[in-house]
Amino acid sequence: MLILHCPHCGAEAAETDLTPGGQAHLRREGPGASDEAFEAYLFQRDNPKGVHFERWRHAYGCGKWFIAARATDTMEVFGTYPAQTSAPPRELLDRIAERRPDWRGRGEA
Amino acid sequence: MSVRLKTGGRLIDRSQPRSFRFNGRVLRGYKGDTLASALLASGQTLLGRSFKYHRPRGLVGSGVEEPNGLVALGTGDQLEPNQRTTTTELREGMELRSQNHWPSLGFDIGALNSLAPRLFPAGFYYKTFTWPRSFWKHVYEPIIRRSAGLGPAPDAEARDPDSYEHFHAFVDVLVIGGGLAGLEAARVAGASGARVLLIEQTAHWGGRAAKDEQIVNGSPVDNLVEEIRAELSAMGNVQCRSRTMGVGVYDHGLVLAVENLAENASINDAARQRLWKIRAGQVIVATGALERPLSFAGNDVPGVMLASAIRDYLIDFGVSPGDRTVVVTNNDSAYRTAIALKTHGLDVPAILDARAGGGGALAQEARALGIRVEAGRGIARVLGGRAVRGVAICAQAGEGVVQEEIACDAVAMSGGWSPVVHLWSHCGGKLRWDDAAAAFGPDVDKAPLGADGAPFVSAAGTANGVWGLGAVLADSARVGAEVAARLRREGAAPRSVEIDAPEEAPMEPVWLMPQGAGPKLRAKAFLDFQNDVKVSDVQLAAQEGFASVEHAKRYTTLGMATDQGKLSNINGLAILSDALGQPIPQTGTTTFRPPYAPLTLGVIAGEAHGSLFQPVRETPMQAWHEARGAYCEPVGQWRRPYCYPVGEESHEDAVRREVRAVREGVGMLDASTLGKILVQGPDAGRFLDMLYTGRISTLAIGKCRYGLMCSENGFLMDDGVVARLGPESFLVHTTTGGADHIHAHMEDWLQTEWWDWQVYTANLTEQYAQIVVAGPKARDVLEALGGMDVSEARLPFMTWAEGALGGFDARVFRISFSGELSFEIAVPAGQGQALWDAILKAGADHAITPYGTEALHVLRAERGFIMIGDETDGTVIPQDLGLDWAIARKKDDYIGKRAQARAHMVDPERWTLVGLQTIDGTVLPDGAYAVDAGENENGQRNVQGRVTSSYFSPTLGRGIALGLVRRGPERMGEVLEFPRIGGASAMARIVSPVFYDPEAEATDG
Repeated sequence: MLILHCPHCGAEAAETDLTPGGQAHLRREGPGASDEAFEAYLFQRDNPKGVHFERWRHAYGCGKWFIAARATDTMEVFGTYPAQTSAPPRELLDRIAERRPDWRGRGEA
Repeated sequence: MSVRLKTGGRLIDRSQPRSFRFNGRVLRGYKGDTLASALLASGQTLLGRSFKYHRPRGLVGSGVEEPNGLVALGTGDQLEPNQRTTTTELREGMELRSQNHWPSLGFDIGALNSLAPRLFPAGFYYKTFTWPRSFWKHVYEPIIRRSAGLGPAPDAEARDPDSYEHFHAFVDVLVIGGGLAGLEAARVAGASGARVLLIEQTAHWGGRAAKDEQIVNGSPVDNLVEEIRAELSAMGNVQCRSRTMGVGVYDHGLVLAVENLAENASINDAARQRLWKIRAGQVIVATGALERPLSFAGNDVPGVMLASAIRDYLIDFGVSPGDRTVVVTNNDSAYRTAIALKTHGLDVPAILDARAGGGGALAQEARALGIRVEAGRGIARVLGGRAVRGVAICAQAGEGVVQEEIACDAVAMSGGWSPVVHLWSHCGGKLRWDDAAAAFGPDVDKAPLGADGAPFVSAAGTANGVWGLGAVLADSARVGAEVAARLRREGAAPRSVEIDAPEEAPMEPVWLMPQGAGPKLRAKAFLDFQNDVKVSDVQLAAQEGFASVEHAKRYTTLGMATDQGKLSNINGLAILSDALGQPIPQTGTTTFRPPYAPLTLGVIAGEAHGSLFQPVRETPMQAWHEARGAYCEPVGQWRRPYCYPVGEESHEDAVRREVRAVREGVGMLDASTLGKILVQGPDAGRFLDMLYTGRISTLAIGKCRYGLMCSENGFLMDDGVVARLGPESFLVHTTTGGADHIHAHMEDWLQTEWWDWQVYTANLTEQYAQIVVAGPKARDVLEALGGMDVSEARLPFMTWAEGALGGFDARVFRISFSGELSFEIAVPAGQGQALWDAILKAGADHAITPYGTEALHVLRAERGFIMIGDETDGTVIPQDLGLDWAIARKKDDYIGKRAQARAHMVDPERWTLVGLQTIDGTVLPDGAYAVDAGENENGQRNVQGRVTSSYFSPTLGRGIALGLVRRGPERMGEVLEFPRIGGASAMARIVSPVFYDPEAEATDG
């Protein structure tokens, strides 16, 4: 059972204190989007074995949303950061690259 | 026959006798006995029947691996089936019953299955209960139900009177296993100052070493155990708990353990068991090893036991398994059993060592004691049915030609040892095959990883595939120091020990005895004793193409019994590998999953049962409702009054009376559970325009508007009335069940999509009590309260006002969910009961009637108002419900807008809201489907609609219903057929969903 650091209130939160929100950094598609783009936004999610960015809410704590970068295969946690951003912080990406030299980055194979 | 010896038994206290009952017969044991040792001491070698063939079965093991020694323990509310006798401590007055036999343990009809094993091959269940389909319900199901399950299920009405608790612990190092490996690892790690918790599943410390009568530094190993125990107690940072079993290792260092408290409890009201939820920085698994049986014909006859188990019963409990015990082995450890039996004055007619080269120093010692030792020999078959009479011996290398029969009443078998790698494996630790030990052990290079990407589980001692006491102590000290180093601490130095250990000859794997055993012998050589899986079954599975170990397991049920293959798995894997012609590591193991051993549902639930299962939310008026005799129903976490029966009145009659009161006079409803979310800030209007399908930003201050909220999928999530309180302030009403998730939905969008918008939300649901006063006389009641102008001119429909209503600081909303003239009055929660009382008093002249949720439902259905959860089910869009008027089509965007333009959402064939009126006036079954012509591909009638709400309308005096019907509104007047379960169909006409007051005149009073 995961423990994730809440970047808002600083608590080391157990998974039972959190609610999951699925893949992070989706770009919302609205009216005017093509069927394909909207379907991709609504339904198609990455399912990587390895580095994954996902949304979590500290629901039974401060109530704030944050994003965790986690390895789905080993449960290694590279870092967490507030959800009020459209991309992961640079230093976190550097840390991931250091831990996982083969990782090709978000959205790439 | 098994019997208690006059002396001996290091764990029992002969001065404290204990009596208990087995199948009604009174038997005796001593304090310190397990149920198994006490039964064995009483000569009870036959304990139960196996699952499939109902073969007589006795004890095989002495611990958690035991597959046969299961009993139904206790009576009445405390009856527990399948309790493992080998791990349950004996207490005075226990009631045990044997299981899985009919009519009696000694004579069992089901044993006839055993005479026809050809009828029960591997995959029997898959092959047999298949065709014809007509047999499923009335022939196969009763057979399966009668034969399924081992023990008796407790009565459905039984309630466990025992209590259980949960305990959270946070440690740097958790050591699982209190044998010498665990003790030494805990000592070394503890000396670093780290917080250490050491847990041991039994009541005793020191593990197997003491039973092997080893000598350390010139004295019995027990002294070393006591020495380390004393060192650990002297450390303030080390905690030791016996009777606590580690059952599961999970991500990021979570470990579950179960502590048995009842076993040593002197106080009856203490909890029976405690679930430990331990967060550990590092976990050391020092769980030792389990002995494996040998696969020979008749290895399941009562009296054939693991050599180590016989040693345990003898040394720990002073129990002899029989007068004459033949020992059969492929390694040196079983010689210790022979030597122990001999030195306790019992007869060992022969040791059959399957290895051509025989044993090492222990074999010499056995010979010196006068025991006959035969190398290269094995057992062709065991003689006897309900008890061992003797063994037929043969050459291990041959096909089972009997060379000699030896009379005996017990057999001690040892097929080698398997490290207990379960806890290592739970969280992803990988295994490697050790050829020398013929066993899987932890692959230290592939340990479970923690949040930092570094290993957090280590195995120590025998569990790490290290054999022999000296090596075990050294390995445990090394692991203890390594774990301390991972915590940036320094552990203690290893202990210097001199161990007087005899030199051992290497074990040799023996997977089948004799190695060339023919079909007849293989069909009686058992792998899984509880589930009756034999060597021949696994071979058949391989032959039929079940090459994957996971498939073969499920097909044969090998390792699927309550012991989860602790005894049988490696032997089964070896047979499967042999049949497939591949090495064992290539076959691999099945997945090890928690829990290591069964734990009670009670301990998982802990205190979370009854009123503590889930908190019940109460409105400020809840006590009044209950005192008034309200019949309540759960709505979310609330218990809302469903109706208020008067005297002997039925619920049905109460609902009708309450509905009539609202239609004809005036009623009052506790609506405090309604969600109330304050949305405030410069961008609040803009935000609510995105959240709702309608336009909220244009709402004037003082006005209310009905709104619909959809998910991004377009589906209707919630509905309710929004009131604009100020230029930047809105009060959003949600459904009772919706308050929390709608608040979460708002926060999700505000925090993760539109974080630059200045909007603040607060869930004020419990801050206000809210009372609905509805009916033609509603205004009269409010005027009687006085203090506010509630006239049509001052407070028209869909507006709100603040004032001092009857002296209360109130906000009055002129909104209606009943179709009548209706006011909803909100006051601070603390004033709720006082306002309720005041309204009751003010309405007395009009016989004001409290009404419940069912009347609320009937009233809204009569008026054609939808209810979230009835008319919606997560697949319904507002357009399906004829709510297009509540969608601001001109808005650029709202959550769900794009989805509602998808092809399926604009399909004219969608099922759409209509009213349904039965031809005969009866009430349609809720949820019934309207059938259509033809059948679908499954041979079922095609359907064209369904009932979403159905009630008896007291106002109209007939059944009314709302439903979703394909192209419904275009088909007014058509009659649809709704089949009832087990009866004639109901016929109903499609009508307008508004049954009452279509011109909405009543709302104005």
